[in-house]
Amino acid sequence: MSRVHPAVGITAVLTLAFLYLPMLAVAVFSVNKTRYGLEWGGFSWKWYTGLFQNDQILEAARNTLVLAVVSTLIATVLGTMLALALERYPWGRRVRGWLETALYLPVVTPDIILAAALVVAFSFLRLVSGIFELGMVSMIIGHVTFQIAFVALVVQSRLRSLGRDLDEAARDLYASYGYYVRRVLLPLLAPGIVAGAMLAFTLSLDDFVISFFTAGPTSQTLPLFIYASVRRGVTPEIHALSTLIFLATVLLVLMSERLSRRAA
Amino acid sequence: MSRLLVWYGELGTAGSILRRGLALLLPALLWLLAFLILPSLALVAVAFAERGNFGEIIWNFSLENLSRLLGYGIFGWSPDNLIILARTVWVAFITTLISGLLAYPLAFFIASRKPQQRYLWLALVIIPFWTNLVIRTYAWQLLFAPQMPFARIAAALHLIEPGTALNPSSFAVYVGMVSAFLPFLVLPLYSSVERLDWSLVEAAQDLYGGRSRVFFQAILPQTLPGLTVGVILTFIPAMGMFVVPDLLGGAKYLLVGNLIQQQFFSSRDWPFGAALSLGLVLLTLIALRIYRRSGKDVDLV
Repeated sequence: MSRVHPAVGITAVLTLAFLYLPMLAVAVFSVNKTRYGLEWGGFSWKWYTGLFQNDQILEAARNTLVLAVVSTLIATVLGTMLALALERYPWGRRVRGWLETALYLPVVTPDIILAAALVVAFSFLRLVSGIFELGMVSMIIGHVTFQIAFVALVVQSRLRSLGRDLDEAARDLYASYGYYVRRVLLPLLAPGIVAGAMLAFTLSLDDFVISFFTAGPTSQTLPLFIYASVRRGVTPEIHALSTLIFLATVLLVLMSERLSRRAA
Repeated sequence: MSRLLVWYGELGTAGSILRRGLALLLPALLWLLAFLILPSLALVAVAFAERGNFGEIIWNFSLENLSRLLGYGIFGWSPDNLIILARTVWVAFITTLISGLLAYPLAFFIASRKPQQRYLWLALVIIPFWTNLVIRTYAWQLLFAPQMPFARIAAALHLIEPGTALNPSSFAVYVGMVSAFLPFLVLPLYSSVERLDWSLVEAAQDLYGGRSRVFFQAILPQTLPGLTVGVILTFIPAMGMFVVPDLLGGAKYLLVGNLIQQQFFSSRDWPFGAALSLGLVLLTLIALRIYRRSGKDVDLV
């Protein structure tokens, strides 16, 4: 790899600074004593301690985690099965192309479309059945729907790189189908499944638009809570909360990077 | 007795293998049918319905929403909606362009680091992207406040009134959009840059190619696969974006996404919101089609 021109390096570092500057500003104001305005009133941890006494925020945090865990579990199972079905069974070219188009369309269409479609569909279902109130369940359904494609994509690429040799070896050595799935297929697929699940999990934590449309008036997640606060006029608690979320992200990314390096 | 087949380590008849495949396929397929395909059809249907006086949906077939989309209303024709549609495409285009211009130096810089350091630099690009968009967008609001340096510099240069913030403005929207989408462009581009064949670049230099010719004829063509994926991952979501214009653009700089959101919430005009959504889907399909045309087979997988 050749050296790059210094101007390229300077541009790159400035661009990275541009990505981090907003977070830095939020972090600085999160330890500012002053409640109103942007004057510096001295250093204080009080907004952080205030977070853990704020029931609304704790409730939103709990919802966010429940939503991410449940939707990731469902989407990982469905997406993995789908990837196996698409990759390993003889569907014929036309059916396969059709299936893949249906699957990857949500990846490329803006998420506001899926959100709008789901809101309309849920209201129809409510009219017909009287259930399907907007809330946690509708958010989970919305999240799973866009996560499936991402899980399937990741697992599919893992399946492609595996090839057929080990499967056939298992067969040649008289492995039963169940034994083959347990002892050959799943262990080999595991890194792909875990990577897909992690992607789905972060997508769920990060989602705003789908949650915003399908949450209904009573359910609250952290992104929704932050958005509502921003619209009302921000409190320093939001700065503290955002900084904590950012630091948690940094930890997660560094941890997953460690894991992937160990696996590689 | 039908013939036994071996298929990926499974031994069975064609029928049994197909059944197993269907058993794997059906759960996800039914899910997508119920929560993706049928809702999309419902959205299309609602786009051709009428809005009642209380925001309810009245099932009379009408093309009124589509004509409203094109600007025909009760007060005659007005270009407002078309302006918003055009602005949406324009903002997405400029966002993609600026992100692309910034992504190249970043991708080359990361690729020029020592292999064991590259992960760290890549992680630095990814971390902001995993931080919630609402937080990042709000953070720009904070930075654009009147007391902060940016607004003061702009005021000193007589670009804005002293004591006012830099948002809401189109400038603020572009800044927010670029910081939201830059990682989408950097990552695919980097994967192309990492695989770059430098011997071609050296050959171009040996043949007395000037700087710009070397870049445009030896480097750029090799990065096109990554660039194409990055452009699609940026341009299309950018057209549907409503968080950034909502928090940084204000009422004067609406995009289609804001309009859709308003119809579903404050205006309670679902049929028109659905029609706008169809318009956005159409823009998306046109964008994808233009890419397919440009000769590159875009492999999103």
